Formats: sequence, C-alpha cells, structure tokens
Amino acid sequence: MTALLTVSDLRAYLSTGQGVVRAVDGVSFTLGEGEILGVVGESGCGKTLTCRSIVGLMPPGRTHTSGEVIYHPRGDANLLHLRPAELQALRGAHLSMIFQDPMTALNPVRSIGDQLTEAVTAHARLSRSEARSRAVTLLDRVGIAAPARRMRDYPFQFSGGMLQRALIAIALASSPRLLLADEPTTSLDVIIQDQILSLLVGLQRDTGMSMILVSHDLAVITEVCDRVLVMYAGQVVEQGDTASIIGHPRHPYTRALLDALPQAGQPGQLRSIRGAPPSLLQVPAGCRFAPRCRLATDKCLSWQTELIDTTEPGHLARCWRHDEVEGTPACAMDDSASE
Amino acid sequence: MSTAWAASPSEILMRAADRASARRRRASRRLVLVAGLAMLAIAIAAILAAPLLVSVSPTAIDALHPLAPPLSPGHLLGTDQFGRDLLARILYGGRIDLAIAFGATGVTLVFGTLVGLVAGYLGGWVDNLLMRIVDLFFAFPFLVLIIAIIAMLGPSDFNMFVAIWITSWVSYARIMRAQAVVAKKQQYVLAARALGYSRIRVMLRHVLPNTASAVIIFSMVDAVGNIILAASLGFLGLGAQPPTPEWGTMISDGQSYILSSWWLATIPGLAIVFVGVAFSLIGDGLADVLRPGDR
Repeated sequence: MTALLTVSDLRAYLSTGQGVVRAVDGVSFTLGEGEILGVVGESGCGKTLTCRSIVGLMPPGRTHTSGEVIYHPRGDANLLHLRPAELQALRGAHLSMIFQDPMTALNPVRSIGDQLTEAVTAHARLSRSEARSRAVTLLDRVGIAAPARRMRDYPFQFSGGMLQRALIAIALASSPRLLLADEPTTSLDVIIQDQILSLLVGLQRDTGMSMILVSHDLAVITEVCDRVLVMYAGQVVEQGDTASIIGHPRHPYTRALLDALPQAGQPGQLRSIRGAPPSLLQVPAGCRFAPRCRLATDKCLSWQTELIDTTEPGHLARCWRHDEVEGTPACAMDDSASE
Repeated sequence: MSTAWAASPSEILMRAADRASARRRRASRRLVLVAGLAMLAIAIAAILAAPLLVSVSPTAIDALHPLAPPLSPGHLLGTDQFGRDLLARILYGGRIDLAIAFGATGVTLVFGTLVGLVAGYLGGWVDNLLMRIVDLFFAFPFLVLIIAIIAMLGPSDFNMFVAIWITSWVSYARIMRAQAVVAKKQQYVLAARALGYSRIRVMLRHVLPNTASAVIIFSMVDAVGNIILAASLGFLGLGAQPPTPEWGTMISDGQSYILSSWWLATIPGLAIVFVGVAFSLIGDGLADVLRPGDR
C-alpha cells in the first residue's frame, strides 16, 4: 500500500490563560491510500487537534505546531510549512473535513443547494447547470430522497442525519483524497449513526479516498477502520490493525477502553476507568497513564516512554509491560450498577 | 416529509389549520413591511411626479398672496411669507431629503459594513487599527463634527452628503464588527474554511448573509436620522441654500410665523414624519422577514 500521508512527531501547543497546553505531543503515523484509520481516545486527548493541525485550521489564539505532515500526492510537501494560500487550495480539493455537530456546520440562512453548488464550484470551473446537476447527483449519492426538490430547502428543514449526509456531500464535492471525519456520528442516534457510517464506508470504497475517523467510541472504530490509533493525553499509546488491537490489546489504556464497552445482554453493568486524564498543562514525567494503571511500577514513573514493537507485526504500544496487559485487568474500573 | 400511512381526517384538518395559521403569521409580518414600502413609494412617486402635480415653480413668488392658508384657491397647502406655493416646495424639497435618505445612508451602509466585516473577521492588528479609527469618530460629538466638516467645505447640498459619508459609517462598522466576531466562531465558518474557501468568499458569502440583517435594519433607522439631520442642517442654514426648497429649511423659515401661520412649519414637519414612519415600518418589517430560520 502506498502512503498518502506521513505524520511524524506532530506537536500542537496552545496558549491558554493558565499556561501552555501540550494538546498534541509527538504524534506519528502513516496513512495509506484508500485506508481508513481510526483515532480513538477520551475527550481532550488531542484527537480533534491532530486533525485540525493536518488541515491547518487551528483554533483562534496563540498556537504552535511543529513536526512533519508529509502529503505525498503533492510532491511530499510538509503541510505545516505551506503558505496559507497553498494550504487553502489543498483544502476541499485534496483534504476535506466533516465535523461533529451537523446542526451548526451549515450556514443557516442559505439553502442546501446553494451551499452544495458553492462547494462543487470552489475548486473546479463548471457552468451553472453543470454545477447544479453535479450537486443533485451528490445529494442523491448520500441518500437524500428527492434531491432536486431538497436543494431548495434550508438547513432547519433537515433532520440531524440528513444534515450530516448533506455535509458529507459538501465535503466530497471536489473529490478529496483524504477525508477527516471528526466524530461524525457523535451527535446522532444509534440507528442514524449506523447509516452514516455505512454511507461513509461505501463512499470511501467507491472513491478510493483515505479516511481518518475520529471517535471516542471504540465500537464505531472497530466497525469501520482498517487500523487504529489509540490516543491518551496527547500521545499515541497504541497503534496497529483493528483486529490485532481489539483481539490483543497491548496497552493498559486500550484494554480499559475495551473493558468499558457495555456488553449487550449484561444489563446493569456500566464500567468506567477510574480517575481522569492528566492535565496537559504540566505533563508528568514517565508514563502518562501510570496514575490510573494497575500494572504501574516505579519504573513507569520515570520511564522515557516510546512506542515499542509487540509480537504482532505493525502493532506498537507505549508500555514496557505490554506482554502482561492481556492477562491481567489493566486498571481499576468503577462499577456503577444501574437499575 | 411523506408519511407511509394514510392520514386520518383529523390529521388532514390539523395540517390545514397549521398551514393557515402559518400563512396568517407570515402575512401579518409582511403587512408592516408592505405598508412601509407603500408609503415610501407614494412619497417617491409624488416627488418624482412633482412637475405633473403642480404647475407653479417652487421658487415662483406670488406677491399678491403671501401667507395664504391651506385650501386657498390655487394654493392647496397655502403659501409662505413670499407667496411661494407650499405644495410645490414640499414636493420639490423632498428630492433633497430623500436623496439624503438613500444616497447618504446607502454609501455609509456599504462602507461601514465592509469595514466592520473585515475588522471583525480578520481580527488582530487590522481590527485594532480600524476600530481605533472608529473610536476617534465616536469621541467627537456627531453634529459638531458634521458642522465642522461643512464649515470647512462650505455649505451646499453635496457637502452635506460628504459630511454624512465621512461621519456616519462608523455606527455600521461597530455593529457589523460585533456581529462578525460572533459569526466567525460558528461551526459553519470553520466548515467553510475547511472546504478551502478564500477569506473573501467566507466573509462575503458565509459571514455577511448571517449578520447583514442587523445593519440593514439599523440603516432604516439611520435613514430617518439622516433626513432629520438634513433638516437640522437646513434649519441651521448649513444644508440647502435658499431659495432651493428643503424640508428642514422650510421649518426653519416657518418658525417665526408659527403663531400666526402654523402651516409654514407644520406641513414640512408632517412630510418628514410621513417619510420617517415609512422607513421605520420598513425597518420593523425587514427585522421580522430577515430573521433566520423563521421564514
């Protein structure tokens, strides 16, 4: 598989009132052509900022990004070093992004058709009628019934699921090579969530684009992704093939996330990982997960963490006791018996 | 949305009632706007058709009938102290006042909106620079500033426009900046940027449509304000110069006769009120019609 995107040692720091937050702290991964990469982790562990650093859409305020984001189809350019105009030309045409909340991601005072047509013509010269017919085709492709009539509708006339479909159509209007989907199904109910995921997978298969799917829901990730990146406190703690990660987790955090998944047929058991991720204002030395980890020893507190090869090929984990993770319950879980 | 099951009769009735009440709501909202537009249309038509409506010139002196009361033969609204026909003066004089309402307001609306949009959306030093300039204007008493500019340029119709252009764009800039600052944090602006749209496109096609209603509505209030300003400047002798008719100047001239010949000041005053109410109604109507997600 040829690589589309190579990210190495990506760092994104944000200035806040209290100090500098290391939101993304040395993330590296490779994304192949036509691959779906899942990024999973708790809220605030740097998933969204990893995506936003790649497309150069950092939140307002003082930010600093460093490292390499090599986009291979464009002469191995480092996206972090491109001029704003060059990056802007890539956005939409090569790199596209969809967002968590479809209710607010569309302009409320302009019709769906108007916004879709705008996206179609943004990176291509098309006549008005060509653009319109392409827009209708796109709406049809994302599964919106009576697309020609729906073009005239305004966002408030669409349901959440339909809005996300429309946003996917807009994001794919210029046939991007890479789609960054930042929690695309989080605000939708489970049935719609499933429909949107299968729509995304279907579109990915048809177009051969690559996709980075960000989610805090491991169930979503395992359903869709070829490979998984598990993030914790701004770092990648484990990466590998989905089957390998789910079947043989090598990092206590991944193991804990798996243990926390509710099992159908076992009512009354909701389990969560005890404690909270560390503040990224002052990052402790050693393993960042150690305070919540049952396998933690003194060595973990001083260890210069790195991603270590495990027994499976391509499966890396940031834990020197990775061999023992599968056997023992990795960390203290809070059982909340709900009736 | 189509329903898979057959609608029951009561459901059909409810739907019809819903549609009817929505129509009534929209209609009553439109009524205000339509009434305002109709009043303005009447005023504009009367002013443009002045040569057809009155045969006398607004500056022609009828020395035999000075201070004729309204409904005098030949002078429907009476005459002033020089015997000039009041109706003709109202109709011709309205040209200047309406030109101010549109010409002065239109220019300041567009310019101030663009300045506010750029400042609010780009932020940083651009915002700082532009808003400090705006602050500078706000630091002066508005009328004093206008009078100073006209005093510098010399009193004339055109210089009155220039003075308003220079001074009153700042309100639009402030309103628009505040709106743009809020709008640029919206998810749809981020989404538009993620699609690789240029800054200018994002500003004009995504931020502006969501925020323009505030300045448009304000412009209607401002148009009334500008008519009154033109009248005030005329009153102070800084606007239209005699014998050119202008409503403010007419009120100013008429005030010395207010006890004996009330119509000299009252009728031009009513003309200002008529146009002012028209603009206010349009402003209110637009505020309702332009409210997003509620059409």
